[in-house]
Amino acid sequence: MAFDGIGASVRRREDARFLRGRGNYVDDINRPGQVYAVIKRADRPHAKINGIDTAAAAKAPGVLAIFTGADLAAEAIGGLPCGWQIHNKDGSPMAEPPHPVLAVGKVRHVGDPVAVVIAETKQQAKDAAELLSIDYQDLPAVATMQDALKPGAPLVHDDANGNLCYDWHIGDKSVVDDVFAKAAKVVKLELTNNRLVPNAMEPRAAVGECDPSSGDFTLYTTSQNPHVIRLLMGAFVLHIPENKLRVVAPDVGGGFGSKIYHYAEEAIVTWAAGKLRRPIKWTAERNESFITDAHGRDHVSTAEMALDAAGNFQALRVSTLANMGAYLSTFAPCIPTYLYATLLAGVYKTPLVYCEVKAVFTNTVPVDAYRGAGRPEATFLLERLVDVIAHDTGKDRIAIRRQNFIPPDAFPYQTPVALQYDSGNYQATLDAALKAADFAGFESRRAAAKARGKLRGIGVSTYIEACGIAPSAVVGSLGARAGLYECANIRVHPTGSVTVYTGAHSHGQGHETTLAQLVVDQLGVPYDQVEIVHGDTDKVPFGMGTYGSRSLAVGGTAMVKAMDKIIAKGKKIAAHLMEASVNDIEFKDNKFTVAGTDKTKSLTEISLAAYVPHNYPIEELEPGLEETAFYDPKNFTFPAGCHVCEVEVDMETGMPEVVSFVAVDDVGRVINPMIVEGQVQGGVAQGVGQALLENAVYDADGQLLSGSFMDYTMPRAWDVPNIQVATEVTLCTHNPLGVKGCGEVGAIGSPPAVINAIIDALRDYRVRHLDMPATGPKLWAIMQSARPAMAAE
Amino acid sequence: MPQVTLTVNGKQHTVEVEGRTLLVELLREKLGLTGTHVGCDTSQCGACVVHMNGEAIKSCTILALQTDGAQVMTIEGLAAPDGTLHPMQEMFREHHALQCGFCTPGMVMTAVDMVKAHPDGLTEKQIRDGLEGNLCRCTGYHNIVKAIAAAWPLMHGKSMPVAAE
Repeated sequence: MAFDGIGASVRRREDARFLRGRGNYVDDINRPGQVYAVIKRADRPHAKINGIDTAAAAKAPGVLAIFTGADLAAEAIGGLPCGWQIHNKDGSPMAEPPHPVLAVGKVRHVGDPVAVVIAETKQQAKDAAELLSIDYQDLPAVATMQDALKPGAPLVHDDANGNLCYDWHIGDKSVVDDVFAKAAKVVKLELTNNRLVPNAMEPRAAVGECDPSSGDFTLYTTSQNPHVIRLLMGAFVLHIPENKLRVVAPDVGGGFGSKIYHYAEEAIVTWAAGKLRRPIKWTAERNESFITDAHGRDHVSTAEMALDAAGNFQALRVSTLANMGAYLSTFAPCIPTYLYATLLAGVYKTPLVYCEVKAVFTNTVPVDAYRGAGRPEATFLLERLVDVIAHDTGKDRIAIRRQNFIPPDAFPYQTPVALQYDSGNYQATLDAALKAADFAGFESRRAAAKARGKLRGIGVSTYIEACGIAPSAVVGSLGARAGLYECANIRVHPTGSVTVYTGAHSHGQGHETTLAQLVVDQLGVPYDQVEIVHGDTDKVPFGMGTYGSRSLAVGGTAMVKAMDKIIAKGKKIAAHLMEASVNDIEFKDNKFTVAGTDKTKSLTEISLAAYVPHNYPIEELEPGLEETAFYDPKNFTFPAGCHVCEVEVDMETGMPEVVSFVAVDDVGRVINPMIVEGQVQGGVAQGVGQALLENAVYDADGQLLSGSFMDYTMPRAWDVPNIQVATEVTLCTHNPLGVKGCGEVGAIGSPPAVINAIIDALRDYRVRHLDMPATGPKLWAIMQSARPAMAAE
Repeated sequence: MPQVTLTVNGKQHTVEVEGRTLLVELLREKLGLTGTHVGCDTSQCGACVVHMNGEAIKSCTILALQTDGAQVMTIEGLAAPDGTLHPMQEMFREHHALQCGFCTPGMVMTAVDMVKAHPDGLTEKQIRDGLEGNLCRCTGYHNIVKAIAAAWPLMHGKSMPVAAE
């Protein structure tokens, strides 16, 4: 029998249905009597709504109902809540303007939902929506953060602090300023982290249903966290108690963070299903996804490092503008603060860090977490700055990293930005990556490429990130309004098979396979007798969902603890059955054994005894064999690693090509190597996308120019090379599995590796810095404008 | 309302459709074949790829009425009647060429056509170029390319010619 416990590249169980076209995605779900909702959205970035004329639309064929913000307000439907409150430097809370489900009074971004039309068929709803007549009074819009912060700028919200959501900081400014004043060398860099559209391949969708006899609501939604949606929507928006609201996130086609949030359409279909007493389906078209799914990144920063004469980092000072968009999305405020600034020590011994962040409202789509969520922004800043330091000081960019690394014997390592790293070996991942990439042999590859008319460059990034989100009390003290534990309910059935109900959610990560491997490993139950259930609030007691690379570190540990309880109870039952002391019972490989004897009972025999408790310690122990554990992590986890990228830039056209990519990541213990590779490869492709191709572009009037796949360049197979993945392991010290998480590292480490490579490729053109995306036309223009200067030399 | 008659996965159907109904809508909504997916509205993503008269086409970019008399195969018709997976499906599973599964039906259908269309060999470059019309956000394509290359010998009954590797 093939090994299928921890460490095995078990082929995925979920593939059986996906490969046959038998997945159950939300748009595949059709409920009896179903009708269809289409949302009418603002086609302009900022305008008062003077009136909505629904008369013509209401008479259109098949139309059953039309609702606007006024209808929801009349029923006291709440606004979409924000789950994290950040405080300003002066201790006052951030501006938290209302976020209505359907626009009230004003629209604030292209895509802002204004009305919903519900009809018998989707086409009828679409046709009717075009008959809605909205009387807008255009207002001047602010499309950029800089414009939004100018004195007298148009206000996105009348009751926010002049478009400033918050002005936050971490660190001691005066101490840091003092170090800068005395520093032997200061290196400064201004940089942008470009706005991205997550674009999971499955557009968002929702089906709301209300049972006419029980009054129970069911929402099927493309979510990464159904219990969170039930909590937010039930408690804050629709005022439905949890016992009357079931949320199901079935097969979900990718998320990357964009499907975490509680979106308006979820509330709309659920509420309207209660009004119409018919199931209501809404499915986004891709152009809708572009203007409603939360965007990612969008920072503008100034970064400065103070160094001593020997090149040791003394202090880092950062000032960042972070775009919130027109409304606060569910986790938006924490992304550029606690998931960003706290990573600014990176893998370096920098003793002091000061970071201030201004979060800004603009008339654009709301911005929130997207794969990496704050950590790619921190890593890009640091790893570009370190290369620029090397450039400005004439030091070798590898040597300056090694010199400033946190050494492997320094753990646990307390950073100056709150986080304490548990374990890591940054020298080892750097060495392994440089070796795998044949860094030493690069110059001959550069020369050979030149002969082919290509400028070849190599770039390195040494990153760390914080995930395995998160210790509840810690994040609570930082403004989180939720706990971030995870739940596992594990049932051993009477005949020995096991069902795990996990609060984690798989939208591509393969949990049905990998979490089963944990049960194989700890309980010794055969793989085909373990089932993992997720995504249904009626089945799973509770959960916070999957994001922030937490499913294994937090969800897996909850499972381990539940299995610990099962083993503990099993030992008592075994002791009774084998007439031994419970202290003499050992459990290994599915068997309970009396130590030093060959008396043994299988887990199946124990389980049967628990459910048929005739020979059973009934006075001390309840029947059954089912345990639940809630696990709150003690700390974040800290995967780290080194990415090495080689690019070639065509000398005539400027077109860049990634010709090689090596990722060496320390993700702690590896449960399924094949899955880890897949996660890193997917993340790297997204990082390459950010670095070379993708950009969410608004014009000065607040229109999204990159509003479809025609204009927003998604990475294709020809844009990405083979991605070589290896892992080094330093175990996480604070969870029993020793896992750190691997879902986001690919997208975190790669963008600076790519840009560092591009800059190296263009070294003859003396480019100090380049913002993303480094597209062919951009590189061509650089090469053109530098030619006269070079010719003159 | 106009009618169209087409054969899907070996079974003939006569369906009433509007003039503007796309083939993908007919498949998903009228025939209940939800394996073919809609991922975009500009014909870029390829999640909707099916075979029509033996060739890969994007079912979002053809009107249902244009398929009158055609033989269409969707992902649901790829495996053998006894349920045995097609070699391409097997290789996708073996090489972990799917994660969320949403692009997968279209990706597999494109891949099957690509391998068939290259009986003399298929290079990595040809595979990557041939996937221009299929977007995947999860895998980074690395394993998809591996799976397609691995399926070639299984579908052609011989090893990949060395010159083509």
